[in-house]
Amino acid sequence: MALPKAKEDALQARLAALPAIAGKGWLAAARAEALARLTAMGLPARRDEYWRYTDPATLNSAEPTPAVRFDAGDEAAPFDGMDRLKLVFVDGVFDAAASDDLTLSGVNIERLAQAGDTDIHWAQGLYGVLEARGQTPVVRPFAALNTAFATDGVLIHVTGRAAKPVSLIYVHNSDTSDAILHHCVKLDPGAELTLLENGPAAARFSKVLEVEVADGASFHHIRIQGRDHQRRAVTHIFARIGAKSEMRSFTLTANGRLTRNEAVLELTGDEGRAHVAGAAVGDGDFHHDDTVFITHDAEACESRQVFKKVLMNGATGVFQGKILVKPGAQKTDGYQISQSLLLDEDSQFLAKPELEIYADDVKCSHGSTSGAIDETALFYLQSRGVPRRTAQALLVLAFLAEAIQEVADDAIAEDIRARLERWLARHGTKG
Amino acid sequence: MLEIKNLHVKLEEEDKVILRGVDLSIGAGEVHAIMGPNGSGKSTLSYVLAGRDGYEVTEGSATLDGQELLEMEPEERAAAGLFLAFQYPVEIPGVGNMTFLRTAVNAQRKARGEEELSAGDFLKIVREKAKTLKIDAEMLKRPVNVGFSGGEKKRNEILQMAMLEPRMCILDETDSGLDVDAMKLVSDGVNALRSEGRSFLVITHYQRLLDHIKPDVVHIMAAGRIIKTGGPELALEVEQNGYADILSEVG
Ligand SMILES: Nc1ncnc2c1ncn2[C@@H]1O[C@H](COP(=O)(O)OP(=O)(O)OP(=O)(O)O)[C@@H](O)[C@H]1O
Ligand SMILES: [Mg+2]
Repeated sequence: MALPKAKEDALQARLAALPAIAGKGWLAAARAEALARLTAMGLPARRDEYWRYTDPATLNSAEPTPAVRFDAGDEAAPFDGMDRLKLVFVDGVFDAAASDDLTLSGVNIERLAQAGDTDIHWAQGLYGVLEARGQTPVVRPFAALNTAFATDGVLIHVTGRAAKPVSLIYVHNSDTSDAILHHCVKLDPGAELTLLENGPAAARFSKVLEVEVADGASFHHIRIQGRDHQRRAVTHIFARIGAKSEMRSFTLTANGRLTRNEAVLELTGDEGRAHVAGAAVGDGDFHHDDTVFITHDAEACESRQVFKKVLMNGATGVFQGKILVKPGAQKTDGYQISQSLLLDEDSQFLAKPELEIYADDVKCSHGSTSGAIDETALFYLQSRGVPRRTAQALLVLAFLAEAIQEVADDAIAEDIRARLERWLARHGTKG
Repeated sequence: MLEIKNLHVKLEEEDKVILRGVDLSIGAGEVHAIMGPNGSGKSTLSYVLAGRDGYEVTEGSATLDGQELLEMEPEERAAAGLFLAFQYPVEIPGVGNMTFLRTAVNAQRKARGEEELSAGDFLKIVREKAKTLKIDAEMLKRPVNVGFSGGEKKRNEILQMAMLEPRMCILDETDSGLDVDAMKLVSDGVNALRSEGRSFLVITHYQRLLDHIKPDVVHIMAAGRIIKTGGPELALEVEQNGYADILSEVG
């Protein structure tokens, strides 16, 4: 089916700014298929149902809107001091000198840019495959674009218990960088990995992470999106979660002009567990969109979506979350909560929670709220001598607590809390 | 210690006048009780003193040791030594009771230029004081007042008071919702704090509490004014005859 003219033009303009797909090997084939998908669906437009709350214009444009890097001052980088395998990308380009060796017990790591030319590779079963599956029932054009044009990424095959976390560090240097990275993670049965990601990455960043969590495996993902005020990012996580396995993903977002984080998770084996959570704090020109789709396609699986946003000075938060329970997915336990704390009347939260259930023996709950800070609680704290700002910070952290609880590692959770406290102190809540 | 002069208060949002010229003077080390019919303005008086939003002082003043309270932020009043045990203690989901107490104690110490308590010292003191109020460790870990029974909330208020060691303590119906044993615990807690330099204003409906916490002076408040002041016998009179006689006597 041909695209409407406006969409066709927009797509051609975007494609013209991207390099032609070259090379041979399995990767070139996967890219060509992704390009065909993208060509059929076109780029998103504001009129599209899935983009009603978030304007994709700056993600569509041929060139990124310039974004200056932000100096975080003397604040230590996230995960500092943790024993981890560091892989550094500067504006989307792998920095070998700043990175550790790609060797880790229990894990096999390769770079996409180097592993793509072979005829066969394990990543063939993943790269673009989960993304393609995730294109129904709603299309995700930026993910297809990413698959077609990603310049690099890491391919991680976890065969046992990873000796330490793999840490992807995204440095933003150039004001006009436009980075496209694509990672694949395959966990064998019973394998375990913690993947850490942090940093603003680029002026505009597109990232796809495809994850296969085999039976009995466990995948933890913790992401701290960089503090650059002007950066824009569109990211996708596609995951398949097998029987008795677990995936937990947590994202902290402080600042950012535009962030769209999509997560598309599919529970494919009995008694699997999928948790996605996010804490976002935004001041002023901040637009943050969490779009989540969790499919239960097996029995007795548990899923949780916990998203909390603190918004001030005209910031915007978006949540689009769905739980789909397929026929036969009995004993599903699905939970979804999206809440915003609006610190003034200029900020807004737009939420679209959805449940679609085709099994009869399920427990699913969802809730979405938007509210101001509790003045009574604030007064109670102040009456005990707690200064208003400290009291507000305490209440804001309390509001975010349920999301932060999804971080399994206590030290990281504590660091995240401390980061949020400092952020709140800097941005001074009102009053 | 606390001097309230001709205090007039109305609601900020409405033209509703609640306090119509309250005069009250509490000396150091004294215990005063306020009784009075429902809706007479007792809680409003305590909120206005503590600095709650929503009220407008149209006339009068309130000073603590000569310092004008009404100009200060609530936290400054607390640091100056004022404490209000709420009639309805507030639940704060997500904020641990321990964190709350420690933040409060250290904020006040800081405001007074004193050194903050170390985590160890703090823990020791809390545990000790909680024990005398029969507040168990589990309750200290829970979020502030969340899921506490009515009586537990009131005991938690007294624990906060014991930790903060204020000089002017206002207790707003701290006895309501307490069983006989808890009433004794709370009263003992209050009596243990009685000292020459510390004063109390006890708001209550029942003489029973005043058997435990013996007041020096009893005031009757009605329609936003103190209409009668006397000794402990005044509370007994109210207990026996209600307010009708006093109200008609004053006219
Ligand atoms: N924020 C408010 N909005 C509306 N009315 C109020 C407000 N605060 C107080 N009032 C009114 O002011 C009057 C005094 O209330 P207050 O709570 O001070 O009484 P009280 O003496 O403490 O009563 P009780 O013995 O029942 O606790 C009541 O009529 C009450 O309804
Ligand atoms: Mg009252």
